[in-house]
Amino acid sequence: MQVDIIIAGFGGQGVLFAGQLLAYAAMDNGYHVTWYPSYGPEMRGGTANCTVIIADEEIGAPVVGSPQVLLAMNRPSLDKYESSVKPDGFLIINSSIIDRPVVRKDVHVINVPANEIAEKIGDKRMTNMVMLGALLANLPLLSIETIVSELRAHLPERHQKLIPANIRALTEGARFQLEPV
Amino acid sequence: MAKELLKGNVAIAEAAVRYGLEAYFGYPITPQTEMLEYLSKRMPELGRVFVQAESELGAVNMVYGAACTGARVMTSSSSPGISLMMEGLSYIAGTELPAVLVDVMRGGPGLGNIAPSQQDYNQITHGGGHGDYYPIVLAPASIQEAIDYIGLAFDLSEKYRSLAVLLIDGSLGQMMEPAELPEMQPVRAAYPHWAARGATGRGRIVHTSIYLNPIEQEKTNFRILSRWREVQANEVRFKEYYLDDAEYAIIAFGTAGRVALSAVRAARAAGIKVGLLRPITLAPFPGNAVRELAKRVQSLLVVEMNNGQMVDDVLANIHDQTPVEFYGRPGGNVPLADEILAEIERIVKGKLTLNGHPRDRWLDRMLTKS
Repeated sequence: MQVDIIIAGFGGQGVLFAGQLLAYAAMDNGYHVTWYPSYGPEMRGGTANCTVIIADEEIGAPVVGSPQVLLAMNRPSLDKYESSVKPDGFLIINSSIIDRPVVRKDVHVINVPANEIAEKIGDKRMTNMVMLGALLANLPLLSIETIVSELRAHLPERHQKLIPANIRALTEGARFQLEPV
Repeated sequence: MAKELLKGNVAIAEAAVRYGLEAYFGYPITPQTEMLEYLSKRMPELGRVFVQAESELGAVNMVYGAACTGARVMTSSSSPGISLMMEGLSYIAGTELPAVLVDVMRGGPGLGNIAPSQQDYNQITHGGGHGDYYPIVLAPASIQEAIDYIGLAFDLSEKYRSLAVLLIDGSLGQMMEPAELPEMQPVRAAYPHWAARGATGRGRIVHTSIYLNPIEQEKTNFRILSRWREVQANEVRFKEYYLDDAEYAIIAFGTAGRVALSAVRAARAAGIKVGLLRPITLAPFPGNAVRELAKRVQSLLVVEMNNGQMVDDVLANIHDQTPVEFYGRPGGNVPLADEILAEIERIVKGKLTLNGHPRDRWLDRMLTKS
């Protein structure tokens, strides 16, 4: 078993942290995992992405050409990675700010108005958690509870008060589950 | 100790601390900077030495001085910064001092870029600095190996009074993986007899790389080479994957090695009997293992993140017995497993040659493709 996930968006959307939470959760659930960030000069104010690979054996390549899952937080991320997603894979779209439909017909598309939901919860910074909730609901590998305990373990002390909002964001995102085919 | 999710650069830095690093001197450069940043806080916390030098030249010469005291000492940099250090590294080697260097390679030549590459293979394993000296070069392929081999680098460096280099690419410096750090070990209590740590009650200790009498310099060169022969006899390390029944084999190190592992698994799933030999010591190079492997398989594929550097060491060891092909991605590119799988499929089709150089055939293929 190996799942390759690319999370991509603007710098500041919490792309790298969402990936780290997945990686922590995978590790604590006994999986092999790699987290590989984009670390180019484009990170400052530009796009950011990370590749998370979760597997049940030693992981080879830490970079992938065609992920099973793309979490696209903004339009440039969709434009860059849409064509690379594996057929039958998942494309989780932040439909609040991605202003075009997905062209691919051979992938599962999940549109999540993540910005609106985060704003309704009262904190725009929760966008990444809404998207992560949608990912977890459609990829039955790690539970929301696991992610919450990783948040408790790894959020800096000054952000611990945000955990209830994070839980709401994850839960709201998890409602965007595809019907089983 | 339990596994933690660790970033390569930070893991190496903390592991070095736990293996008794006493002094670190460095200068920032991407994709290595987190190592220096981490140690700038961690070393003073423990009352140990940290200096951000004025340049890589300053850093490497501080390492030289500290190494004279017998302290566990280390510096780290990335390709262009390593080039700046070459004079000092040759002096350290000529003075027969132990010291550890971490090179987190990026794309080049020149200023290049900050993306992962294996461009420094030749520079690090075959000199770089002037003169006859032989650094021990370790090439981890995971964060856990990076942690383990930084400890090994200190041990081997001190055992053989030699430079030891941990050679990784930017992706290993930047990625996170679960790994286990060693327990904190005490800083050494006793220093070797040659350590210059105050002259009270003993005669002079002279550390130098100046031998104005060429006969004395020659003796020194023989001593350095004799020690290297011991290293070659005792310290070769490599890892094998799926080689028991292999008809074809890949040779690749570091990140190229782990990408090759993905390709090997995909090929195995398609019924192709291919395996992987991943050198861990690039110097001493696992020449015997390569030679024996070449006798057993129909052909070899060398994969590197450069224009083909280790491939020459492979060829030097197999004496035209077995066809060798090369696939590389230079300039700061990580090959995808699918690219290597396509190369495996190509060599399985056969019609390979023993004539010419694999690098030339590879370049022709790459230029035709683009």
